[in-house]
Amino acid sequence: MSFELPKLPYAYTALEPYIDARTMEIHHTKHHGGYTANLNNALQGSAWEGRSIEEILQSAGAISPAVRNNGGGFYNHNLYWEILTPGGSREPEGVLLDAIRESFGSVAALKEAFTKAAVTRFGSGWAWLLLHDNKLVVSSTPNQDNPLMDVAEVKGKPILGIDVWEHAYYLNYQNRRPDYVEAFWNLINWDEVAGKLKG
Amino acid sequence: MAFSLPALPYAMDALEPYISAATLGFHHGKHHQAYVNNVNNLIQGTPFEQATLEEIILKSDGGIFNNGAQVFNHTFYFEQFSPEGCREPKGALKEAIERDFGSTEEFTAQFNKAAATLFGSGWAWLVINPEGKLEIVQTSNAGCPLRDGKKPLLTCDVWEHAYYLDKQNLRPRYIEDFWKVIDWKIISERYDTLIK
Repeated sequence: MSFELPKLPYAYTALEPYIDARTMEIHHTKHHGGYTANLNNALQGSAWEGRSIEEILQSAGAISPAVRNNGGGFYNHNLYWEILTPGGSREPEGVLLDAIRESFGSVAALKEAFTKAAVTRFGSGWAWLLLHDNKLVVSSTPNQDNPLMDVAEVKGKPILGIDVWEHAYYLNYQNRRPDYVEAFWNLINWDEVAGKLKG
Repeated sequence: MAFSLPALPYAMDALEPYISAATLGFHHGKHHQAYVNNVNNLIQGTPFEQATLEEIILKSDGGIFNNGAQVFNHTFYFEQFSPEGCREPKGALKEAIERDFGSTEEFTAQFNKAAATLFGSGWAWLVINPEGKLEIVQTSNAGCPLRDGKKPLLTCDVWEHAYYLDKQNLRPRYIEDFWKVIDWKIISERYDTLIK
């Protein structure tokens, strides 16, 4: 079984003006497509072939750098496309809203903590909202690492993530990463985030 | 001691079509400038307030290291280009490259591989190691070979901001064009100064 690049559930133009179509297309077909192909190549003939991506990433400390980097890239981008949606979907509600209030006090406080993590991650990486010991927390990871990995500083199940590699925003925002992070909040699919919290 | 942004030794469009004026404008005017501003702010009231960049690179950590090393790395990077320069190694440096890599072609192949395969943000370097031999090294993020006692001669910035406007995901094409603006006269002068 090899991993497949998922189709996006919306058009490349759908997230404009916050994320432009050219960024979307290169990000999806070239970057995500590259991680997917490289992951499949790196897995061929290895003991990890046929395992689920979650299972592979949980053993990040024991797998080759090629599998860790490309496997992380494959998983992280899957999650990123899933939690985005044109126009965004309302605001967090129900169980998700309760969990956010319990952990951060308010949605505004979550946004502030998450934005800080995204803006201050030095170099390439991701910022996350994750379930850690039955509590929601914010963290960030370098390169294509993520909270599922045994090597992550803060481990848990990611339910929201932002790609802060420069390739995610450079054509639109160049050096202005904070503007990209601010725009990101207009695109969140909170129903999907709530689903990840439950599922 | 406050650091300042060194002016580019050539016009913003001088390296076109290999490195565009837009890329240089952001890279120098925004990224390099931000590292200068950040390190100047961060060292205030710390033991590094009067330090040189080299001292910061050797002894600091966290934000001071990241921003200080990036000031050094970018200055070192921008100063090695020229629109009309010597495009092949010559003299003592050429001999050292042939001694330690076999040939210029072999050196170039190894350097290209190091630059293309550094995962994430970082730098590829040609350095003189403490034994006096030439070596190719990769550093992540703000990493600088001075920290490991190695003397840099040449560097390729492979943060995506160095090439994304011009080449997007095609880092190998950026590396190929990088050689077209490297001035080996400048690299040779660095080598001659360091081995004296």
